[in-house]
Amino acid sequence: MIKTLAKSIREYKLPSILTLIFIMGEVIIEVIIPFITANLVNDIKAGAPIESVIQTGLILIAMALVSLCCGGAAAITCSKASTGFAKNLRRDMFEKIQSFSFSNIDKFSATSLVTRLTTDITHVQMSYMMIIRTAIRSPMIFIFSIIMAYTMGGALAASFVVVIPVLLFGLLLIAKNAMPAFRRVFKKYDKLNESIEENVRAMRVVKGFSREEYEKQKFAAAADGITEDFTKAERIVALNTPIMQFCMYFNTVMILFLGSYLVIKSGGTDIDVGQISAMLTYGVQILMSLMMLSMIYVMITMSLESMRRICEVLNEEPNLKNPENPVLKVLDGSIKFNNVNFKYNKNAKRNALENINLEIKSGMTVGVIGGTGSSKSSLVQLIPRLYDVTDGEVLVGGVDVRDYDIKVLRDSVAMVLQKNQLFSGTIKENLRWGNENATDEELIEACKLAQADEFITSFTDGYDTYIEQGGTNVSGGQKQRLCIARALLKKPKILILDDSTSAVDTKTDAFIRKGFKEFIPNTTKIIIAQRIASVQDADMIIVMENGKIESIGTHNELMKLSEIYREVYEQQTNGGDNNENA
Amino acid sequence: MKTPNYRGPKGPGGMPHGKRKLSVPTLKRVIKMLFSYYPVLFPLALFCIVFAAFVATAPAIFNQRIIAIIEEALKENIGWDIASKEIIPNIIVLASLYVVSLAAVFTQTQLMAYITQGFLGKMRKTLFNGMQNLPIKYFDTNKHGDIMSHFTNDIDTLRQLVSQSIPSVLQAGIVVLTVFTIMLSYSIWITLVVLFGVFMLFLVTKKVGGGSAKYFMRQQKAIGKTEGFIQEMMNGQKVVKVFCHEDKTKKQFDEINDALCEDSKRAHAYANILGPINMNIGNILYVIIATVGGVLLLLKAPNLSLLQLFGVEMPLGISIVIPFLNMTKQFTGNVNQLSQQINSIVMGLAGAERVFEVMDALPETDDGYVTLVNAKKDENGNITETTERTGLWAWKHPHEDGTLTYTELRGDVRMVGVDFGYEEGKEVLHDVSVYAEPGQKVAFVGATGAGKTTITNLINRFYDIADGKIRYDGININKIKKSDLRRSLGIVLQETNLFTGTVMENIRYGRLDATDEDCIKAAKLSGADDFITRLPNGYDTELSNNGSNLSQGQRQLIAIARAAVADPPVMILDEATSSIDTRTEAIVQKGMDSLMKGRTVFVIAHRLSTVKNSDVIMVLDKGRIIERGSHEDLIAQKGQYYSLYTGAFELE
Repeated sequence: MIKTLAKSIREYKLPSILTLIFIMGEVIIEVIIPFITANLVNDIKAGAPIESVIQTGLILIAMALVSLCCGGAAAITCSKASTGFAKNLRRDMFEKIQSFSFSNIDKFSATSLVTRLTTDITHVQMSYMMIIRTAIRSPMIFIFSIIMAYTMGGALAASFVVVIPVLLFGLLLIAKNAMPAFRRVFKKYDKLNESIEENVRAMRVVKGFSREEYEKQKFAAAADGITEDFTKAERIVALNTPIMQFCMYFNTVMILFLGSYLVIKSGGTDIDVGQISAMLTYGVQILMSLMMLSMIYVMITMSLESMRRICEVLNEEPNLKNPENPVLKVLDGSIKFNNVNFKYNKNAKRNALENINLEIKSGMTVGVIGGTGSSKSSLVQLIPRLYDVTDGEVLVGGVDVRDYDIKVLRDSVAMVLQKNQLFSGTIKENLRWGNENATDEELIEACKLAQADEFITSFTDGYDTYIEQGGTNVSGGQKQRLCIARALLKKPKILILDDSTSAVDTKTDAFIRKGFKEFIPNTTKIIIAQRIASVQDADMIIVMENGKIESIGTHNELMKLSEIYREVYEQQTNGGDNNENA
Repeated sequence: MKTPNYRGPKGPGGMPHGKRKLSVPTLKRVIKMLFSYYPVLFPLALFCIVFAAFVATAPAIFNQRIIAIIEEALKENIGWDIASKEIIPNIIVLASLYVVSLAAVFTQTQLMAYITQGFLGKMRKTLFNGMQNLPIKYFDTNKHGDIMSHFTNDIDTLRQLVSQSIPSVLQAGIVVLTVFTIMLSYSIWITLVVLFGVFMLFLVTKKVGGGSAKYFMRQQKAIGKTEGFIQEMMNGQKVVKVFCHEDKTKKQFDEINDALCEDSKRAHAYANILGPINMNIGNILYVIIATVGGVLLLLKAPNLSLLQLFGVEMPLGISIVIPFLNMTKQFTGNVNQLSQQINSIVMGLAGAERVFEVMDALPETDDGYVTLVNAKKDENGNITETTERTGLWAWKHPHEDGTLTYTELRGDVRMVGVDFGYEEGKEVLHDVSVYAEPGQKVAFVGATGAGKTTITNLINRFYDIADGKIRYDGININKIKKSDLRRSLGIVLQETNLFTGTVMENIRYGRLDATDEDCIKAAKLSGADDFITRLPNGYDTELSNNGSNLSQGQRQLIAIARAAVADPPVMILDEATSSIDTRTEAIVQKGMDSLMKGRTVFVIAHRLSTVKNSDVIMVLDKGRIIERGSHEDLIAQKGQYYSLYTGAFELE
């Protein structure tokens, strides 16, 4: 895991190392300062000449300034290293996700990917900063202070032998108990927040059923549980301060007592008053460094989960690869399915598509109809190779889709997804996703064909109207038409509409189909629809049922052949009349 | 917050957001709440903090005393046996002070952990309860993410405020004051030097801290931008793939990511640099004090101290200089602490203010006094109230003269000449009149934005209109208690929202006391039973994430069952079957028909096949009813409905 993450440090290795060096410099000076200060105090006490006192003072100030420089430099390099590392990590993850195939994407939900790219990375960034700043600092201060304490204080240092193990043990015990408690409560906390979000989203349902009081009670129960758990966890952590203070106090008392005894006994020769105060300072430093170490420990373990989640993405192998010698041209818009079986997941029991054999000639209009879950979408998603078949083959223009360069294939097969999306930006910018170099005339032409031009020009800003994130400022039907126009701009050989006119009224829908017939006769058009009217005039209609092709034919043929088709047709055209008679 | 008008009239608002300023009223309010929630424990915790802080300054005094004794012993050549008689009592007093202080710190930290979490729990509940009482308009006009962040970010800053900032400011403030007094009582000259140093420290911190705040703000903006982009792209990842837009997306991301890194680097650099600056200015000050003290000692300069002013002899000796060194550290350390905490107090208060804003927002008003009760008819046909569920409901209407009348709930809904706009000056409904008799099916047809959903929003009083224009069984709906009004209306919305829990629990949401049999019956009625029984765990299948493991159509079926189990006399179906494919709809239709039987039903649908068999169909256009009548009437009229209905065929 560390190895995977460390790959993203790259050009920020230098600032990382520099940080360590600067901090070492800072620490060394920091540890020497009390030593020299002790000398200064002794000089003063011994009545040394003013010049030598001032001289030592100046040396000390110079040292503090050097330490300041080191510290400042470390602060800068460390920020550079940690934010840079986070940047690289985010970039690597984002790139990885861009290389994902549909089935990779299905594996992670969009929300989880967002969390991984934001919160999780922030956690890792903070940990990294903490590590390079304190991982070397605290142990160094600890070791140096101990050495200095022993060389200076001699017997006085005995106090540390008692205090350090006590503190270390105490801190570790707290960390060990607190962490699982926190992890548990955070999980619950996330759930609570999810249910709040659910409630906010479903406010109309809540109010519609007048369930406000019920929701309040439900929430109060959950919130009370969380409060209790949080309190437990926080109380464990709250032991940190008293334990730390206990050690500090114990140390002070010991040193004062032992110190005064030793000073007086030796008549001030073995150790002196200055050393007592230096020992007190070292005591604080040693204990503080231990405290920092335990904080790092907690922080790193807390971010382990984030690291794991990031690595999961970084280590995910995209399972669709470009072939080695790809075919770079799609000849025509003919499509052929040979004995195709398909399942989304290797371990799935049921095939999503079973034994599909199908031949579509270039330029045909094909309708696909079938109930929810009949695998209509699965069928068409195999054509631009959004997924790979499990068995059999899919041919486009006479060539197996797996032999094409993926970009070439997808540029020739335009697909308007069922769950489609516009991006924040102007309408023009959105349309140019289809073709970056499209001229304004081409844009308008495509929009006219998709019956979008009329409403676009009715906007004050026309084609420069800004689409909000998620396309919230256009209606569902308008969004669908913009998505169709965007796909048309690719000038594809095959155009697939996956239930893409469901929110468009029937008249406009008919206009769109009419336009297709007249203006792009050579493009193969595959239309998945709920409405019979949308597919009725197709050259060929496929009726799907439970992952299989139930029947294929023209409208008239199917009216005779397919019971399902007939049923749907009747429901949609005469259904109302029947009900009235009933 | 985008809606300042939702701030309560007496709310703590008034402070524009973005400007960082300490809001005293908010601070007062937080502290007042703490006192009222924990009238004993909170003062006790405060007492412990103050006490511990006082004790923390004591070592300086004892250090000084002990060192003075040692010095004297050295000078006078007094042995340990005699000197210890003076030293040991001092150490014992010090040790006992420490023990007491430890007890205080222990009590305080435990209490604060308890109080903080308890306080947050109460805040969460108050916030949630307040939110439940807000009108739908609040949720329509505020982003869900913003509302959520009150529960996550703002509550989090409150935690920081209560558990850390308030105690440490109190503690640091007391230490600063005490140490300052002690310093003055020792030597005014050296104290002045310390003050000068602290002043320098303050200047530098302010400068650097200001830079840090500026860049943190920029970083926050950059983070927002990056997150927005990431969110959009992760949601649209499949579209990116279909258009082979990966490279362009990467390039765009790199730009945003680089900018974020740049701002974030600056922000952190400024923040990180504060540590070494504070520490080293502290160090330099320490050295200066030592040197100045030394020089003064050597010069045998006369001392000036507060104690001297009171007549106590205070010669400038090593026993003053050494404790001063420690006090200097303590003083600067705590001044730093104060300046840092002030910042987080400001931030915490900003969070608190946002929470209070929601808590103070005007709740949904409900002046209704007509309630819905179970009823019984006696032999004479008179309606009386009863406690059991009879299936017969009545409106209980108390009048001004003290009398009570009961009106049978029949489901007669009338709108007369309704004009309405969500915002002032922007009317979306013009002179709309609808008469729905009990048991009738009334359909609304029209383009998006024609005002179909707005009409239903008014019937269930998600939004209110002027008095008397909508009547329910002859009663002005503004007089009916909202919860009772809504109880009598079953609503199935286009956007289906299910809750985490089992399918059964979701259906039961419609009527909490429904038995399993009732729920299954409702599911059968609405045609959901078939697919539910085929789910892995049937009715006990857990739904999560708004039922993401179900198809949109299946979710709609559950939503219909949920409304059915409530068994309301009036139902509103707003595109309730839009995602059910027509074939399934045909299967469901039978159930739907029996579901609608005997009820007043308002149907909004895109598919004409869904509305065809309605008693009356209203065609809406830009907020006006332009045609009304039965399917046959409208076809005969050859108007808008006719062209809609035939639109698909005409072009064949």
